[in-house]
Amino acid sequence: MELNSAVPSGPLEKKWDKHRFEMKLVNPANKRKYSVIVVGSGLAGGAGAASLAELGYNVSCFCYQDSPRRAHSIAAQGGINASKNYQNDGDSVQRLFYDTIKGGDFRAREANVYRLAQVSENIIDQCVAQGVPFGREYGGTLGNRSFGGAQVSRTFYSRGQTGQQLLLGAYQALERQIGLGNVKMYARHEMLEVVLVDGRARGIVTRDMITGAIESHVADAVVLATGGYANVFYLSTNAAGCNTTAIWRAYKKGAAFANPCYTQIHPTCIPVTGDHQSKLTLMSESLRNDGRIWVPLKKGDMRSAGEIPESERDYYLERKYPSYGNLAPRDIASRAAKQVCDEGRGVGETGLGVYLDFADSIKRLGEDTIRERYGNLFDMYERITDENPYKLPMRIFPAAHYVMGGLWVDYNLMSTIPGLHVAGEANFSDHGANRLGASALMQGLADGYFVLPYTIGNYLASTKQGKVDTSHAAFKDAEAAVATRVKKLIAVKGHRTVDSFHRELGKIMWEHCGMGRTRQGLKTALEKIPRLREEFWKNLTVVGGNDEINQTLEKAGRIADFLELGELLCLDALEREESCGGHFREEYQTPDGEALRNDEKFCHVAAWEYAGEGKTPIRNVEPLAFENVHLTQRSYK
Amino acid sequence: MKLTLNVWRQRDAKSEGKFVTYDAPDISPDMSFLEMLDVVNQRLVEKAEDPIAFDHDCREGICGMCGIVVNGNPHGPRRGTTSCQLHMRSFKDGDSITLEPWRVTPFPVLKDLIVDRGSFDRIIAAGGFITVPTGNAPDGNAILVPKDCSERSMDAAACIGCGACAAACPNGSAMLFVAAKVSHLALLPQGQPERYERVLSMVGQMDAEGFGTCTNHGECSRACPKEIRQEFIAQLNRDFLRASVFSRPKVAGGAGAG
Amino acid sequence: MAAPAHLLNSSVGKKIVMAVTGIVLSLFVLGHMAGNLQAFLPNGPEALDHYGVFLRELLHGTGIWFVRAGMLLAVCLHIWAYLGLTQKSLAARPQGYRVTDYEEATLASRSMRWTGPLLGIFIVYHIFHFTVGSVHPHFVEGRVYQNLVSGLAVTWVALFYLVAMGALSFHLFHGVWSMLQTLGLSHPKYDPWRKRLAVAFTIVVCGGFALVPLAVLAGVLK
Ligand SMILES: Cc1cc2nc3c(=O)[nH]c(=O)nc-3n(C[C@H](O)[C@H](O)[C@H](O)COP(=O)(O)OP(=O)(O)OC[C@H]3O[C@@H](n4cnc5c(N)ncnc54)[C@H](O)[C@@H]3O)c2cc1C
Ligand code: HEM
Ligand code: HEM
Ligand code: SF4
Ligand code: F3S
Ligand code: FES
Repeated sequence: MELNSAVPSGPLEKKWDKHRFEMKLVNPANKRKYSVIVVGSGLAGGAGAASLAELGYNVSCFCYQDSPRRAHSIAAQGGINASKNYQNDGDSVQRLFYDTIKGGDFRAREANVYRLAQVSENIIDQCVAQGVPFGREYGGTLGNRSFGGAQVSRTFYSRGQTGQQLLLGAYQALERQIGLGNVKMYARHEMLEVVLVDGRARGIVTRDMITGAIESHVADAVVLATGGYANVFYLSTNAAGCNTTAIWRAYKKGAAFANPCYTQIHPTCIPVTGDHQSKLTLMSESLRNDGRIWVPLKKGDMRSAGEIPESERDYYLERKYPSYGNLAPRDIASRAAKQVCDEGRGVGETGLGVYLDFADSIKRLGEDTIRERYGNLFDMYERITDENPYKLPMRIFPAAHYVMGGLWVDYNLMSTIPGLHVAGEANFSDHGANRLGASALMQGLADGYFVLPYTIGNYLASTKQGKVDTSHAAFKDAEAAVATRVKKLIAVKGHRTVDSFHRELGKIMWEHCGMGRTRQGLKTALEKIPRLREEFWKNLTVVGGNDEINQTLEKAGRIADFLELGELLCLDALEREESCGGHFREEYQTPDGEALRNDEKFCHVAAWEYAGEGKTPIRNVEPLAFENVHLTQRSYK
Repeated sequence: MKLTLNVWRQRDAKSEGKFVTYDAPDISPDMSFLEMLDVVNQRLVEKAEDPIAFDHDCREGICGMCGIVVNGNPHGPRRGTTSCQLHMRSFKDGDSITLEPWRVTPFPVLKDLIVDRGSFDRIIAAGGFITVPTGNAPDGNAILVPKDCSERSMDAAACIGCGACAAACPNGSAMLFVAAKVSHLALLPQGQPERYERVLSMVGQMDAEGFGTCTNHGECSRACPKEIRQEFIAQLNRDFLRASVFSRPKVAGGAGAG
Repeated sequence: MAAPAHLLNSSVGKKIVMAVTGIVLSLFVLGHMAGNLQAFLPNGPEALDHYGVFLRELLHGTGIWFVRAGMLLAVCLHIWAYLGLTQKSLAARPQGYRVTDYEEATLASRSMRWTGPLLGIFIVYHIFHFTVGSVHPHFVEGRVYQNLVSGLAVTWVALFYLVAMGALSFHLFHGVWSMLQTLGLSHPKYDPWRKRLAVAFTIVVCGGFALVPLAVLAGVLK
């Protein structure tokens, strides 16, 4: 398979403008004649569906929740980046571009990242106009906070609920289009197949999660904005329903899957308390602005935080990374936490935790300022742990959080399947091997508001395709495939619950493919996962049938796909014999334990191609050329 | 700890429902309420019994998907807390807990504890937005918003659309939800152009959906996991009064509410 | 849509009608209560009779009818809104909860539905009692004071009046602040005073009203 990134020629800063001029336009009167399916109502899908409908296209939008407003973007806390330079602290499109490329450990495509930095400014304008209540200064101007991996203050925020407010903005725009009849919304519909006609994406097959009805939907172009697959680790900061199903189905229909092993472990989450744990709760990284991270110097120090004197504390991030200190990027902060815990210096019963201490900033700024900045986060922590973070330092530990990997897309966000576009966390485009804080919201909205509306139009205007409807054989086959699959899941009638399989898969992934990866560990995982998958299809138990709300059935379908994805993830991690960003191979590190890239052999995107049931997938590569930045060892010292 | 659950079980929207009692032994106080239900469900599935269906997604109190009436309290006894963030330490060993779905006509029960809240989306579609198609925005700082306005607006905007207010209201009124959205936008300069149009169309849709009427009982704010204040209901009433007294016949092409 | 349409057709509009008519009724009871207290003046009997005459002669006898018409309209609109709103609320929850646990809703707020009609019944009875006189055994046209005393001397009648005043007190206790909320009269700075105002108003009006039957029962007024 050839991977044509379709990056426009010309100087980096002119590419997008040039491309926008060169793209074909659909005549306003004809837009109504085109239909677009958008799977996902998060920032990427919601913004995309609304914007496309505003342009006049016929849009249908799908989500598995009961309302588009509940997409997991809602959970984003900290903020969204934009190179506005309102703080006059030396920010610029160029700097945001460079920070993102460097933050991604030089494994992202320059042109995409530059475009992201360019449109970041329009995003803020759009959201303000929609009524997103961003944090403000007393003069009424927009406020900013700083975020991991950047030395400028460019993050816009709405308290600790930035994702919620941005999503509500997109949701309201979407609801407006629904009210006007330009978008048909399908909530509680799960997409289970992509349908190709003459090699082009022409529709999807969904399961109505209330009635179980399996339905086909036709369109001239399909967008997947179905979010990330971090739930492959079982315990993650993602929502219970986050899944890989949509993109995995597409992968099996021929869409290349890029860099599955680029997963992000977030440094500041609330530690695990027991086996009953169903998810891990994130404490926004913005807390690292005012909180200081430390562990006791002595291993196995059982004293309570208060009893440990300054002299016996190790503020390890400030020690190791003087210039970035507690704001070191996520992959680095997470690994550092793992190291100190491996050394036996972790805190809390499990020993899997480090302190995030606000005592100093409360002294410096007063409790009220801290409450104003992080009140809701502190409350959340208190609700979950029953400890008061105004008095005791928080206990935090890294948790699976985000995936940089996803379906491969070209500059137009189109996958290797013509007509199948992929946006938001579901694609691999902009974050390379590690995502900087507050950049995913930016990417989701960039894709949805400012990229898809142009590139989809270009696709529709420049491709002739005949009319098809759901009676077409391709749709009938897809429906049949889905039906059989569902029946198969119900028919197993074994003895193990879906969750027990998910939990076991998660353990394997976290142990062997988590923060630190080794050849041996990955090999073990690659043996264990197929065995687990086999047992799954022999010993799974699903209660109830298809023609009703059946949450175990829904879950079973998703876990079945995770059991396949997990294998590809480990395979990719095994093949990438270097350490970069979120992918840390213990064999490849500098003397002082930093990630050691291998730019000769691995300065490329690994795009996996499905080769058929039971066959090892094919690893295609898209070489990454850096013309505007020179590759350096990423240092935050 | 050991608990007894009285749970509303209902196969689907058409079927009759009834309460069924389950024993829930060895529950850890560190579990969230939903994790407790997970455990109960695991045991049911192992016995090949139909697990209790309940809505949930983020499990961190922000998506608004979860919602169970626990002993007469939507989202449970603890204030400012969603069902998913409620922890079992709020209960005592041996407690008997009654779980019911939201009960309001516009939230028909779909199964067990799952209801259909589509009516809320339709209320937003009726006018809960600012009409600004993508690409029409001026520079972010071209619109100055007094800090206090944006803070109060944010207080209202924090609503997660869970429906607990309507579930808690003795009259089954959704005023707090609607008031929260109306106020969120009415308190911002960006929201002014459609301010009065908006309140009329949203209230109109709220009535059409069949919600009850507000007689200022105040149960809604108390059940609200985001502690949205009743003050916003006054704000809605104020805007509605102004709108209904001063509104002019619609001008053709005027920014419409959906 | 025209203004009245919104006010009459929507739930919030009906609620505003309720509040406005509520004010009218509230002010009426306040004034009426003050009028009744004249019974305690040293020249109580004359005072009250003259008061009655004054009422009836207002604007050459037309005034009272204006007042009556206004009152009638207010009560009717109030009841009309009540019926509309209450019916809508009942329809919104056909199936109640097995367990309920109210914390904010007060006995007063939840009994509005009952204290209201009770007041309605009272008003009707009351008018036949003291104004028309048909249900008053010793009614003498124009002898307001005497009618009052002889009327309330009957224990069960006095008790009924007291019960009605109890209902009124509940109704006003929630009603007065609810009305402020309905009219959007809310501001964090002054909100605490809304409930205080309601309490004060309730005590004054209902206390004042209740004095009369109590005094009659106690034989202070004869
Ligand atoms: C706790 C948390 C905090 C975060 N904080 C930040 C932050 O501060 N700043 C930042 O920049 N980023 C943050 N992120 C990352 C960011 O929120 C996400 O990457 C981003 O919101 C993803 O948006 P999306 O639109 O791509 O996907 P989502 O918002 O996840 O939307 C996915 C959509 O697809 C639908 N869907 C999925 N599968 C199917 C299917 N099979 N069928 C039908 N529909 C389907 C879902 O219903 C949903 O509507 C955070 C993430 C988490 C988990
Ligand atoms: C203990 C309490 C009350 C007493 C002793 C009382 C006494 C009286 C008397 C003596 C009259 C006749 C006045 C006249 O004919 O000049 C009267 C009239 C009236 N009262 Fe009351 N009243 C009481 C409470 C109320 C209340 C609570 C209401 C309203 C809800 C009310 C409404 C009226 C009305 C509408 C009239 C008729 C006025 C008119 O049209 O002439 N009263 N009352
Ligand atoms: C003496 C006569 C009455 C007075 C002074 C009075 C006063 C009030 C006031 C001030 C309110 C508050 C309005 C609001 O909340 O916006 C109110 C509400 C109400 N009234 Fe009355 N009312 C009277 C008679 C009645 C009658 C006769 C009925 C019914 C038959 C009635 C039924 C109600 C109800 C149900 C409410 C509740 C509405 C709410 O709380 O929002 N009232 N009344
Ligand atoms: S107002 Fe509160 S209770 Fe009502 S929907 Fe919003 S968050 Fe839920
Ligand atoms: S409880 Fe109901 S009556 Fe009004 S104040 Fe809240 S909506
Ligand atoms: S599950 Fe999202 S709010 Fe409870």
